[in-house]
Parts: sequence; structure tokens; C-alpha cells
Amino acid sequence: MDFDLSEEQRLLKDSVDRLMADRYDFESRRRYAKEPEGWSRNLWSAYAELGLLALPFDEAYGGFGGGPVETMTIMEAFGRSLALEPYLATVILGGGLLHQGGSEEQKIAYLPQVASGELRLAFAHTERQSRYDLFDVATTAQRDGTGFVLDGQKSVVLHGDSADKILVTARVAGSRRDRAGIGLFLVDANAAGFSRRGYPTQDGQRAAEVTLESVRVDSANVIGDPENALPVVERIADTAMAALAAEAVGAMDEMLQLTVDYLKTRSQFGTTIGSFQVLQHRSSEMFVALEQARSMAMFAAMMAQEENEEERRKAIAAAKVQIGRSGRFVGQQAIQLHGGVGMTMEYKVGHLFKRVTMINTLFGDADHHLSKLAEAGGLMAA
Amino acid sequence: MDLRFTDDELAFRDEVRAFFRSALPDSIRRKMIDGHHPSKEDLVTWSRILNAKGWAVPHWPVEWGGTGWSPVKQYIFREELQKTPAPEPLAFGVNMVGPVIYTFGNDEQKRRFLPRIANLDDWWCQGFSEPGAGSDLASLKMTAKRDGDYYIVNGQKTWTTLAQHADWIFCLVRTDSSVKKQEGISFLLVDMKTPGVTVRPIQTIDGDHEVNEVFFDDVHVPVENLVGKENKGWDYAKFLLSNERVGIARIGISKARLQRVRELASLERIGDVPLIETPRFREKLTAVEIDLKALEMTQLRVVAAESRREKGKPDPASSILKIKGSEIQQATTELLMEVVGPFALPYQPEEDGRNEPFDGPDWASTAAPTYFNWRKVSIYGGSNEIQKNIIAKAILGF
Repeated sequence: MDFDLSEEQRLLKDSVDRLMADRYDFESRRRYAKEPEGWSRNLWSAYAELGLLALPFDEAYGGFGGGPVETMTIMEAFGRSLALEPYLATVILGGGLLHQGGSEEQKIAYLPQVASGELRLAFAHTERQSRYDLFDVATTAQRDGTGFVLDGQKSVVLHGDSADKILVTARVAGSRRDRAGIGLFLVDANAAGFSRRGYPTQDGQRAAEVTLESVRVDSANVIGDPENALPVVERIADTAMAALAAEAVGAMDEMLQLTVDYLKTRSQFGTTIGSFQVLQHRSSEMFVALEQARSMAMFAAMMAQEENEEERRKAIAAAKVQIGRSGRFVGQQAIQLHGGVGMTMEYKVGHLFKRVTMINTLFGDADHHLSKLAEAGGLMAA
Repeated sequence: MDLRFTDDELAFRDEVRAFFRSALPDSIRRKMIDGHHPSKEDLVTWSRILNAKGWAVPHWPVEWGGTGWSPVKQYIFREELQKTPAPEPLAFGVNMVGPVIYTFGNDEQKRRFLPRIANLDDWWCQGFSEPGAGSDLASLKMTAKRDGDYYIVNGQKTWTTLAQHADWIFCLVRTDSSVKKQEGISFLLVDMKTPGVTVRPIQTIDGDHEVNEVFFDDVHVPVENLVGKENKGWDYAKFLLSNERVGIARIGISKARLQRVRELASLERIGDVPLIETPRFREKLTAVEIDLKALEMTQLRVVAAESRREKGKPDPASSILKIKGSEIQQATTELLMEVVGPFALPYQPEEDGRNEPFDGPDWASTAAPTYFNWRKVSIYGGSNEIQKNIIAKAILGF
């Protein structure tokens, strides 16, 4: 049992924290958001230089062999600064799916490009009817010689508007909600029949609606078993949720700090409002919610690579519930304790609140995971 | 960072688990599972079994019977004990006055008291709270006036847990009322058999007799029973209270009770459906399990940081353990009430078999009293509101 970062992890944390402190204050973020893609190309290069884009991949593919703890460290810093770049979409999701499910040739072809920052990826899974069920796939993939032809609609594809290639789930066999029969395909954004409409999301990031009309995918771009990609998809979704948990913790931590600082400086009734016990207690409750979330983010990081699928899924679900609940409480109270200024676009705290709110809706909200976990016999039954 | 237990820690866990299972008398285990209080004899029996094994006071210095285990192993020991479920050694001795004596007491006091605490030869109780000094403990008024070789003690303590069994009481007394309230307090050990000590029971809402008032009327206490220096008692009290918060999360107890809730909720049916299979109930239960998991990780973070912390300096994060630990314990008692349903109603006090038996299951009779009794956990040990003050000041810097 050891909660300390290793020497290398501490160095990583220091350099990421320094980068974000130097180049990602709230004013800079506002500028980056106005760039054509909605995020900063310069920062993307800086991440590549620091090795962040290579972090989770094996050395054979130009990576650093980092694990969930390294990812947690980065994501927490991103959460604090509200980083806009497509790290989750490209490295954790897209890169993760290729790393986990791709063939040797595919990994050699694409992962070094992800690591160097040249290739940006996205993962298209949500459909109009699917809600949070990754297995609910209506998009079809018809066999066509050695390849496939894809037809369907994917919704809210994170950073799907700027990705060079998109990983798409599509049904090869079975009916809409079967767990079997789902394939994973790597689709080029320039492919014939592929179209997308990009838009900003509530939290200042970007997403896209993706339409696939007879998009041909040759066999070289089928990722893993075309009739059984769901285990890989679910595994990477778990990894992504662990990463999002850490990002949410970073955002919550920043909200608590901003709130406490504000209470110590804002003056009313002839004194700083932080001298009022009701506000001190609310802040203490935010602290408790934050630390419980931090504990579960650590638990998620520890369990993200657990080979026992049932244990892994339970742990990640539990973490997602905690993150959702803590995020809602800390976020709502941060706004409340700031009063009117917390409601303004100009001030950072509202943006942090929006980010943790949206994190709750990614890969299943707190209620979704609570009900799944309860159905599976609870957290401690095993 | 590796949050898993090491092989050595896992082997240790198996060893203590096996010992608790084989060494705890069945009659005591049954009482614990059913939610009854262990009797004085039960606790004495169990403490002596532990002491014979050398495990009565693992956290003490080795020369006084400690085991030298790492903080993680001590945590594992405590959790396994609670999960058995076995009675916890009497906290007033082994967790409270014991550490004060070996840290601040003189050699004579150590030799005289420590071995008898470890073996539960002496039953200790805690004389801190007074009718006018609860959360504001430093405003206590019970006086000790020096008169030759004695202190003459006058006043009243209250909420004194299990004082009816006690041989000794450790008291905070006022030895100087001319200075700031924290600076005139001393830490005094009083033999309960001394003339002038009177114990009066307080019945709590669950119908039980757990706490008492203790009155002191010209009680003569030998000066050698003063611990440390006169008027330094507040420092020792703060030390004691911070020790009290370690382990106050009672994670093992909540785990055992949730286990029990799950078992019983699969026996109880709504129509043909076991309660545990109704979505509303199982989601409520699962939500508490998640809270408890998060708290367990928080507890382990505090434990892991313990070895690096300055001795006697509490981790203010332990206030989280108190707040969440008590909330979760209370939530488990609510779940148990819900499982029991209508059979929560009959009142069947433990020490009074005169009431007519009822047709519900035996285990039902403790559900409501436990729920009522457990309201105490967010009040004692520094109320949860006091813990929020501590977080606000010590961590958030208000």
C-alpha cells in the first residue's frame, strides 16, 4: 500500500503543472477557444514535446508505457486548467482503442503518429437511441468482399469535427441491442460518404454529428474482431472514465480553491464573508466531497487495468457515481458561494462547473452507473 | 503509487482474520451479529484472549505491549476485528488514557497502569464532558484544589460511557481559574472507589443504559495521580482527542452491517420479490457501499501518510473520517430499519425480559434501538459541526 508518486511520476506531474501554470491561465484559455479548431495547436505541440501524447503507449510504438496513474496526473492538471485540446478523444479513446484492439500493423502505422501529435482521432459511439449503452448500435456494417460498408448516424462525437480519423462502432451481425456482432472501424475523415457537422459543447469544447453513407472501410482498417469489438470498447470506456474522474477532481479542486479565496476577500456587512460559519461549513462540506471524489479517482486509476472484468467494471461504475455526485455538489455550491459573479461567463468558476456537469454525462451519469452497479449485486457483494 | 496491499500485508490479513474467527467465543460473535451489546464479562474475556496473543494494544510502544506493526497493518487489524465482528477493546483504556500515560506519564504511572489496561484488569471511563462543557470542552468547571498530598475534587462529569463498570476515571479538572480557560486544566486519574464519587445512570432513547453522570463531592485524589504537569491538561486532551479520531470511521463495522443488511434483505420479501431485488432498495444500499468505499480509500490515504507525520500532530483530514464515517454508520442503521419493516416496532429491552415475545424474526428487535442509539455517532468525539470548524480552520485557512 503506497499512495506516493514515483520519482518519474513526480517529475511528470511537475512538468505538466508547470506547463499549465505558464501557458493555461484563464485568459489564455479564452484565446485558445477562439482558434479555428476550438483549441490550441501550439499547446498540442507542447504536449507532444513533453511526451504526453505518447504516454500510455508501449515503447514499441513510440510510447512511454505509462499507466493509469500517469494519466490521472495529467488529467487532473487539465481539469484544473480546463484544457480544451482533444487529449481524451485522441490519446485516451482513439489511441487507447488502437492500442488495445488493433493489430501489430495498425499500431505501428498509427500510434507513433498520435504520439508525435500529427494524427488526431475521435471515437464515435453515441447514437440517437443509445443513451449510455455502448452495445446499443444501429449503425450497420455490411460485408463487402474483404471490407465493409458503413451506414448510420453517430452523435456527440467528442472532437469529431477536427479529427483526422474516427473510430466508429457499427453492427455487423445481430439485432440493435445485442452485445455480440459489433465491430470497430477506423474511418478516414476524407472518406467518400463520410460527413460531419461540428459544434461547440456546453463546456467550451467541441463535438460533431457524424453521418456515414455507404462509407467503405477496407479490411486493413477493421480494428480487432469485426463481430466482437465490444470488450475492447468497454475496456477503453473504463479507462476513459478513470481519466475523466481525475479531470473532474482537478476541476473540483480548483473550484474549492477559487471559492475559499473569494470568501476570504469578498466583504459584506463590514467583514469578509468567510468569517461566517454557515459559509465555512459549506466550504468544509465541499472539501469532504472533493476528497471522497479524489479517493475514488485513485481507486479508479488502480482498477482501470484490472483484468477481472467484473471487478473492474464495478470499481469504475462506483467511481463514476462518486464523481457525478461530488461534482454536482461542489459545482453547485461553488456557484452559490460566489453569488452573482459565479453566474458570469467572465469568471472561471462557472466554466469549471459546466465542465464537471458535462463530465457526468460522459459514458453514463451517476444514476446510470448506480443502477447498473446495484443490478450487478452491489459493490461489496463479491 | 500502488494502492494494493502487498503480499506481506495480505498474509497478515489472513492471519488475523483466521485468529479472530477461531479465538472469538461463539456466544460473543452471535451477540455482535444480532446487534446486541457485549457484556462487561464478554469484553474482559475477549480482551484477555487478545492480550494472551500479544495483540491487545498493537499501537502501543513495544516495551509496553505494542506489536511494532506498520500503520497499514494496524489498520488491517482493526478492520478485520470489526468485520468479524468482534468487540473492540475498551477504547477508554487502550486508545485514550493508555497513550496519554505512556506519552506524558511518569515511569511509576506507566508501570502501575499500562499492563492493567492491556489486560482489562482496570476498566477506565472518560471524565471530559460536563453539563456546561460539551463542544466547548475547555470551559469545564470541575475543580481540583491542591491540599497537601491530595487534590480535592468537586464537580460533575456527564455522558460518561460505561462508568457503571469502571474502576478508574480520567478527568479534565480545573486547577487554575485565573488564566485563559485552556491554560488552567489538568489531567487527573481518579479511583472510582474513592469516597465522594457517585455514578447515576442516564437512560438513552434506545432504552439502554450506556452513559452516566458522575458526581464528585470532596473527592481526595493523591497528587501522584496527576499526569504530566499541572495546568497542561489541555495539551494532553487534544492529543487524546486526535487519537480518538483515528479509527473513528469504523469502516469494518459499517462493512459488517452492510453485509448483514444484504443478507437479511434477501430473506425479507415484498410479495414474492426479495427486498434486495427491488431497484429502489438495492440502489440505496449500493449508494452507501460506494460512500463507504470512498471513505475506505480516504482512510488508507490518512493511514499511509501517518508514518511521515510528526508524532502527536493529528491529520486534519481525519475530520473527514469522523464526518463521513458517522454519516455512513447512521445510514447503515437506517437500512436495517427498512429491512425489518413492521417488526421494528415491538420494544424488547435487553435487560428486561418481561415484555411479551413477538412473531417477527429474532434479529428484528435490535434494529430500532440500534438506529436510535447510533444518532450518537455524529455527536460524540467532537460533533460533526465541530469537525467542519476544524476543516475550515486547519485546512481551508478561514
